[in-house]
Amino acid sequence: MATATAKMTKSRTDIRKAILPYLYLVPAFAVMAVITFYPLIYQLIVSFTDFQTKDLRYGLASPELNFIGLKNYIDILTGGLPVQNFEFFRVLVYNFWWALTNVMVHVPAGVVIAVLLNTQGLWFKKIYRAIYILPVVIPPIVVATVWRNIFDEQYGAMNQFLTAFAQFFGSVDPIRIRWLTEYAPPIAWLLPTGPLPLAYYAMMIANFWLGWPFMTVVATGALQSIPKDLYEAASIDGATGTQQFWNITVPLLRPAMIPAAVYGFTTSFNLFAFVFFMTQGGPARTTEILVTFAYDLVRNLRLFGAAAAFSVFIFFVALIVFLITNRVTGATESYTA
Amino acid sequence: MTTLTKKTNKNIFVRFLTMNTSNEVGGREVPLWRQILLQVLTLVIALEVMFPIMYIITLSFSSKTTRPSSLEIIPKELSLVAFQQVLDRPTANPVTFTQLLTNSFMLSVGVGLVALLVAVTAAYSFSRFKFKARQVLMVMVFIPLLMPGVGLATPLYLLMNQFRLMDCGEGITALYPLMSCAEGVAGKMVFNLRDSLLGVGIAMVAGALPFAVWNLKGYLDTIPLDLEEAASIDGADSNQIFFLIVLPLAIPQLAVTFFLGFIGHWQEFALSWLFLSKPESYTLAMTLYNMTGQYANAIPWNRFAAMAIIVALPVAVMYIALQKYITGGLTSGAVKG
Repeated sequence: MATATAKMTKSRTDIRKAILPYLYLVPAFAVMAVITFYPLIYQLIVSFTDFQTKDLRYGLASPELNFIGLKNYIDILTGGLPVQNFEFFRVLVYNFWWALTNVMVHVPAGVVIAVLLNTQGLWFKKIYRAIYILPVVIPPIVVATVWRNIFDEQYGAMNQFLTAFAQFFGSVDPIRIRWLTEYAPPIAWLLPTGPLPLAYYAMMIANFWLGWPFMTVVATGALQSIPKDLYEAASIDGATGTQQFWNITVPLLRPAMIPAAVYGFTTSFNLFAFVFFMTQGGPARTTEILVTFAYDLVRNLRLFGAAAAFSVFIFFVALIVFLITNRVTGATESYTA
Repeated sequence: MTTLTKKTNKNIFVRFLTMNTSNEVGGREVPLWRQILLQVLTLVIALEVMFPIMYIITLSFSSKTTRPSSLEIIPKELSLVAFQQVLDRPTANPVTFTQLLTNSFMLSVGVGLVALLVAVTAAYSFSRFKFKARQVLMVMVFIPLLMPGVGLATPLYLLMNQFRLMDCGEGITALYPLMSCAEGVAGKMVFNLRDSLLGVGIAMVAGALPFAVWNLKGYLDTIPLDLEEAASIDGADSNQIFFLIVLPLAIPQLAVTFFLGFIGHWQEFALSWLFLSKPESYTLAMTLYNMTGQYANAIPWNRFAAMAIIVALPVAVMYIALQKYITGGLTSGAVKG
């Protein structure tokens, strides 16, 4: 009898132990079931319908709602949406190009500036560090609105700066570059799937300001963990500063910079607030990225069915990006091992 | 230490310039010509960083609503008119600044807090227990992280739009879609979950929760198991271990996770701009966008600049204060995946 109860209590604690991890998960999953998983399923259903403003009141029970199968998906891919200037693959390629070119500029600049700042005996180091962190801490919506203002045709600081610069060399005409509205691409052949308007370069400049400081923060952290005697040994062996940079600094920074670059890539890829505030995807949707277009579909065009289908596309694009970047970061893990 | 004693015989100016500001001990001396070269470089970078910041600060201290026609990046006057006007009457609508501030504050604090509270037990479970469905459940929690926030916006908008309180007259209130007014009674809308701060908050939690779980799990993984093992030998059960040992140890990261949620949603714009339509539920970020919105000719630039600074300041201050923890958390999480 006694052994039986002992067994029972034992098995009871076993069960308790087995369900305990699930108990701890209950709050998060209960919340996510309602506000994440159910909406995701709902999204999938809506994506097969022609959901519009008139159906808002009754949702899926709306008498006017039609199930139209894959039409939304096909329309998105073939440009059949009642939306001007939209081609899915052009936007997709531009989105990748935008994220990639940004990271390709931010990472090297961040590393070089971190190395510069890490120079032993540099004066005012702390002041510079404090200034260089500022772009990271200012909200992107503020950054983007300020930069849009800077690129204004008539009153923008950029044209004023260029004018002041030109006047220094004897020119009198004020410079009026239509940074954000000029449609004609300055370098026509750069991206075969679509034009890269001047706004792209303006946004690259603005996002450069926003992007490199984070890379500098990461690189500075990694630089400080490189043992100094490596450099001392190298300089005793007669290696120049450039050689030390390429043979010690760069390889030892790689494990820290690759995850940072991946993080920067996904951030740039989905940089909603920045793009929305700078150009709203214009001119003629040439600087549109996937998330801004999805937003436009819901907020302004009110094509809820198409927006749901588009979000499904975004999900798969995000998944592919994740799988690729995960491979890249995985590569660093084997590198450090 | 030796460097400090060596320099005491120089005059105060030289001592200030050569002050050890980098916490490095016994660094090499940089030759003067090189120091000057480096200073020029770092100064140029600092100017690049400060350029837009000074531009917006200058605008905000101007008493004129127009932008200057030539480049001004140093305030000519220190007028606080713009700040005063923004605080007095931030928008064209009869909404007080306090109201906007309260909205922003409640939204960001609420989202940060709810996400944290719901996430913490899930993070503990994923970090400490080995159980059958662990991998599958973790993928389920982290998959929404792949989606940009806009990706879930459509279904949340549609679902929450159906939740409304209707005043059917004669003191009867109906909660749609569970109840409805009597046949033929149109009813007056009292409350629509979609068009409320509560609704936006719910939508934001959908994005904030997976991030909080990920961020906390990354940190809990770094806490050594020894203490918990010792406690378990002393007879503590899992709940005691969680509440008395793990939670107190995780307090710094709990704070960081909360503040990241706060910072992220203080500046959030997309969801609130999509969901909210009543001026009295606007947030500060929405107001900032509204100022530069469609009526571009009449933008009161000094007030816009003042508002931009007001929106940016709390985030910037908080970020600088927590910088060490934030970048540490992000990189440790990124490396672990």
